Amino acid sequence: MSESVVVHDGIDESKRRWVAITCGAGAVAGVATAVPFVSTFAPSERAKAAGAAVEVDISDLKAGEKKTVEWRGQPVWIVRRTPEMIASLSKDTAELADPDSKRNPDEQTPPYARNEHRSIKPEVLVVVGICTHLGCSPGDKFTEGAQPSLPADWPGGWLCPCHGSTFDMAGRVFKNKPAPDNLRVPPHMYVAGNDNKLVIGEDANNKG
Amino acid sequence: MAEMKVAPANASAGVKLLTWVDNRFPATKLWKEHLSEYYAPKNFNFWYFFGSLALLVLVIQIVTGIFLVMHYKPDAAQAFASVEYIMRDVPWGWLVRYMHSTGASAFFIVVYMHMFRGFLYGSYRKPRELVWIFGCAIFLCLMGEAFMGYLLPWGQMSYWGAQVIVNLFSAIPFVGPDLSLMIRGDYVVSDATLNRFFSFHVIAIPLILLGLVVAHVIALHEVGSNNPDGVEIKAKKDAQGIPLDGIPFHPYYTVHDLLGVVGFLILFSAVVFFAPEMGGYFLESNNFIPADSLKTPPHIAPVWYFTPFYSMLRATTDDMMKVFDVLLIVATLLALWKGKFSGMAKSVIVVVALVVLTGFGLFKGTNIPALAGCDAKFWGVLVMGGSVVILFFMPWLDQSPVKSIRYRPAWHKAVYGVFVATFLILGYLGIEPPDPLKTAMSQIGTVLYFGFFLLMPWWSQMGTFKPVPDRVVFHAH
Repeated sequence: MSESVVVHDGIDESKRRWVAITCGAGAVAGVATAVPFVSTFAPSERAKAAGAAVEVDISDLKAGEKKTVEWRGQPVWIVRRTPEMIASLSKDTAELADPDSKRNPDEQTPPYARNEHRSIKPEVLVVVGICTHLGCSPGDKFTEGAQPSLPADWPGGWLCPCHGSTFDMAGRVFKNKPAPDNLRVPPHMYVAGNDNKLVIGEDANNKG
Repeated sequence: MAEMKVAPANASAGVKLLTWVDNRFPATKLWKEHLSEYYAPKNFNFWYFFGSLALLVLVIQIVTGIFLVMHYKPDAAQAFASVEYIMRDVPWGWLVRYMHSTGASAFFIVVYMHMFRGFLYGSYRKPRELVWIFGCAIFLCLMGEAFMGYLLPWGQMSYWGAQVIVNLFSAIPFVGPDLSLMIRGDYVVSDATLNRFFSFHVIAIPLILLGLVVAHVIALHEVGSNNPDGVEIKAKKDAQGIPLDGIPFHPYYTVHDLLGVVGFLILFSAVVFFAPEMGGYFLESNNFIPADSLKTPPHIAPVWYFTPFYSMLRATTDDMMKVFDVLLIVATLLALWKGKFSGMAKSVIVVVALVVLTGFGLFKGTNIPALAGCDAKFWGVLVMGGSVVILFFMPWLDQSPVKSIRYRPAWHKAVYGVFVATFLILGYLGIEPPDPLKTAMSQIGTVLYFGFFLLMPWWSQMGTFKPVPDRVVFHAH
């Protein structure tokens, strides 16, 4: 292939200036027109409106069992932990990335859950069952001890099937896993005077 | 206006019609420029089938896609059932759908072979940089097309695969969470997401794809095809200005490529008719379960063609960041010690290295918020994106004095071998459930993958190169 120099000459500066101005004005109009189109990508009013709080009766939930309810399209887990499960929470802290839920507390952990068991009552855990890495729903691995994809000293908790993040029985993420944060504790509260009625999506500070 | 040509008085009706058209549209000119007088090197081998095969698969996908859209319903409540309806109730619907799903995997097989051909013979080197860049853009579009298409059956794998990939965007600092919200159009993957992915899959991306394919072919025909010897055939022309080693694309390569088409269709039909699910690799078993937003299947993995890149995403853990820290420090020290930079440039290198190391989280231990750095999750997304984007830079990374692998030092073939093995192993690891050993393997694979590209400016120049002949090597059959 031969190479030759391309030459431009005889530029009319005045025409060039007007061409530039016209292009600039056209670009502004183009961007302005793009705004409504890009805006259509945002959640619709209907999607924003869906998201009311959910009331759950947990009187039938036995120790060691988990219940899943849907809140804003996401799974929310309610677990009634056994005394052994609660005991495991103080033993595994050295293995955890954020045992005291200090990272992003405003998003991940409401004030009433910023404790070792990450819950209002030590036995009842309420977390959003969505891994903080890329949003898969981790699987239950409540049995202690060695098993596939888990360490030999597994204290019980959850294993995310997508990228192998592990969480303990308080939804706290283990160190050196892809997930950066503990599982989210949603705003929730007990219905006054009833220890078996939970409201997910609302708490005393945040009514809906 | 060009002068009107006139067909001879005794010409046939066909010639007269063509003359009439040629006076109004460059039909004959286009035919000559791109087929009958496009001179391609005469020494093409097996690897040169895959360009035309990619075009064939594109046509298969477009035609089958048009017919699938006639029966498919892009609605979260009806999508899964409408796919089953196509499979069971639409006459021959199963065939159209299996051709489309097998076509997706076939597309990636063909494109990976086509790209590997470029690697072997240096087809991305000057003056074919834009041919390569358009090609990489086509590959990116294909990935987008495949990903969005995979959501449409609304099975468990569709749903959770989309959930994971859309959430990748949320790892980007500051704008990430809003960006992934804009992509989904909802707080979770939902009907809104399905509808927009449908729109992108059937209209937006195919239009871009077609435009890029045209650009890819026009750029190729401007500079001419490379060949297994990496010799420029335009350097030696006969008295008529036709390359001595060139033969007209039509009829020589159109007929030659038909052989490739027949071979391809035999294999393609065998899969469509006898193994359309391909043991769960082309159609994953979990996708025969309708999407459930409350439960992720116990083992989720992307379709095979994404797994090498997905493995690198998974490999980027906190431990891996420490490896990146060490590698970056070593690279910076080497640049300062061996690099021929001015004092100013060296200080810029040090500042950039320190900023990136901070981003990596090297100084996280200081507990100063400004030095906390980004999560490994963000770097994982960047590693995955980078593993594709780095392909665009091949024309400048490769500094070898010869184009073709044939005239490179023998050990370069071993380097390519290690690269291919790494890519395949990463692909295998991406299908498997995570465990510590496999994570360690994919971490080594990630370092090898990026090492291949980032160190290419150095290793591609090293060794003793063989003399490149003036003319292509060709043995008549």
